[in-house]
Amino acid sequence: MKLIFHLLASLTISAAVDASPLVKIPAGVYKPLFLGENDAKEIPVAQFLLTDAPVSNGEFLEFVTANPQWRRSKVKRLFADENYLKHWAGDTDLGPQCDAAPPVTWVSWFAAKAYAAWKGGRLATTAEWEWVAGAGFAQQDGKKDPEFLSAVGQWYSSPAPARLPAAGSGRANFFGIKDLHGLVWEWTIDFNSAIVTGDARGDTGLERQLFCGAGSIGAKDTSDFPAFMRFGFRSSLKASYTVHNLGFRYAKSP
Amino acid sequence: MKTSCLNCRHAFAALLLAGVLPLHAQEGPAAAPPKTAQQKIVDPEVTGEEHAVLTSAPMVPPPITRRTPTKVIVNLEVIEKVKRMADGVEYLFWTFGGDVPGSFIRVREGDFIEFHLGNNPASKMPHNIDLHAVTGPGGGAASSFTAPGHQSQFSFKALNPGLYVYHCATAPVGMHVANGMYGLILVEPKNGLPKVDHEYYLMQGDFYTQGANGEEGLQPFDQTKALNEQPTYVVFNGSVGSLVGDKALKAKVGETVRLFVGNGGPNLTSSFHVIGEIFDRVYQEGGVIPTQQQVQTTLIPAGGSAIVEFKTEVPGTYIMVDHSLFRAFNKGALGMLKVEGPANSIVYSGKEVDEVYIGSALGNQESKIVELEKQRKDAISADPKIAGLSKDILMEKGKRVYSQTCFACHQLTGEGMPGVFPPQAKSDYLMADKERSIRAVVKGLSGPIKVNGTDYNGVMPPVLLNDEQVAQVLTYVRNSWGNEGEVVTPDEVRKVRAE
Repeated sequence: MKLIFHLLASLTISAAVDASPLVKIPAGVYKPLFLGENDAKEIPVAQFLLTDAPVSNGEFLEFVTANPQWRRSKVKRLFADENYLKHWAGDTDLGPQCDAAPPVTWVSWFAAKAYAAWKGGRLATTAEWEWVAGAGFAQQDGKKDPEFLSAVGQWYSSPAPARLPAAGSGRANFFGIKDLHGLVWEWTIDFNSAIVTGDARGDTGLERQLFCGAGSIGAKDTSDFPAFMRFGFRSSLKASYTVHNLGFRYAKSP
Repeated sequence: MKTSCLNCRHAFAALLLAGVLPLHAQEGPAAAPPKTAQQKIVDPEVTGEEHAVLTSAPMVPPPITRRTPTKVIVNLEVIEKVKRMADGVEYLFWTFGGDVPGSFIRVREGDFIEFHLGNNPASKMPHNIDLHAVTGPGGGAASSFTAPGHQSQFSFKALNPGLYVYHCATAPVGMHVANGMYGLILVEPKNGLPKVDHEYYLMQGDFYTQGANGEEGLQPFDQTKALNEQPTYVVFNGSVGSLVGDKALKAKVGETVRLFVGNGGPNLTSSFHVIGEIFDRVYQEGGVIPTQQQVQTTLIPAGGSAIVEFKTEVPGTYIMVDHSLFRAFNKGALGMLKVEGPANSIVYSGKEVDEVYIGSALGNQESKIVELEKQRKDAISADPKIAGLSKDILMEKGKRVYSQTCFACHQLTGEGMPGVFPPQAKSDYLMADKERSIRAVVKGLSGPIKVNGTDYNGVMPPVLLNDEQVAQVLTYVRNSWGNEGEVVTPDEVRKVRAE
């Protein structure tokens, strides 16, 4: 029985694993959405590598198969909440309700970080992620690409599909990276830094940045709704949280 | 149950701190997650505990009869949900409790409220709640910031009585509110509000869709229109027509009505007015003292409220509007209150005189009417959306015509009466020739015919219906009770009529 189980699991793996390639992202400058008095107006981003699509269920299955401590029944509660990988049928079994190709979700920051390390990489910083995600389809500055802007906005206005499309099925952006918008949210290594920005600010920074009227005071571009939503989403998280539409991709320093 | 669970969490945290965690507790799925330890806050002024009754608009929870403060537990869930904005128009609403506006919360001055905000696991966004009834920074916003699939808890003391708006305050706040994230919380004054016969809950909101007003399908939020404060829809209670027809508010002559009216905005100020009523009392801006009497229209700011009270005098339908009238008649801000009971012709006579009045400079009315009628028809036939009304709609309308005009002879079931009125159900005669069936309706039919093997020899007089109605009813008849045929169009009817 166990043997069959493993056979099935490995079959799924071999069918699914078509790992997303790492794409070289040129150095650039990220202009943060929120600017406190003491914040840098611009954050330089050095050249790095980034997977062209979010990590899929199939890829993540490979990871937990090789690293038993990250299986659903083995993971420490401190590192992932009780919903961790809840859409899978078992520890190393996606089951009929879950396809290998869509991005893995219901994963904690700790698990995402461990996966990236296992691949010899790391999670992208928020600055790196936003730098890449700011690119349009045809030009580097997405803000000048109306088609891109409307595609980004569309996601927030449509209900979640019952089954997610495959990771990497979206349209590539200027850097050749897919699905930064419109598929799932993604973990970044410093996802909570919109709250913890430094000593000068203290806890009140939370309210100053993200809530109500105060929320827009520090914002560089108050019309950049998707950026607001990404920052809002990230700061609602804790590292052990897992969410039905939150996945990740990984980066590497050259 | 809840208490024991919390205790269990505390015990777990204590174990963690002590560093003597048993191995099985660390691994077993039964171990509760070491969430942030909750400080137990106790308000010495309150006694007892109860769960708040939450209602969807237009209903209001019953008045509070308690004369002492208590601890009130409120459980509210944020749900992102596709719902109807107008006929054929859907929108992804973000809601408190599944409806727009959010659930009505009713507490008493001095109550200690333990608030649980859950965010449905299927949500895309994190959400929170800012209750204007809360005294404290953010009105609860920071303490209730909740990721999808999580729940937050905070508590507050209801210090100030009044009718307060609550709303989501997660960035971008305007968008969260524009998607329907608002509702009302009433903090009743210590001695309650005066007794009335009916209390209703009404909340205005403006909506911004990418498609124009009436454009069908799932409509995405339009940021540009929101920034320019040019709403596509302005509605009461979350959709066009939420308070009309069967859903109208109801009262009887001589009863007192209290409306809790909120305005979620996010942009517009409401000029709230009930056509044909005068508010006996207005608690301006949701305060607890009636600030004005005999009011025609009261202003309700975005993020504000008003309580209006009046006694009904005369039966009829009273239209509630935002008296910025294009919002009411073109964008949806219109509801109805139906009052039943005996008429009082001294208070209101009804129409006493209706006679021809020929103004001096009006010109030839008749030809103008003909011309306008023609323009209307041209506009309808030029618009493929109206002209090509879907078969479903034709069927629905046809059914109405049938059940007013045809059923007396042919029966509601289409079976007719054997030997007297031929059947419509599974009728070979009817289905064999579409033009003949049109002709029968518009020109009548007499003489011997054979239907499903049975001979009939009767007279059907021409039926007085216009071309559209004939098309509708024939589409219905030719597609019901086992008949299957195509749509009958007004043009086809017109052709037969012209023969």
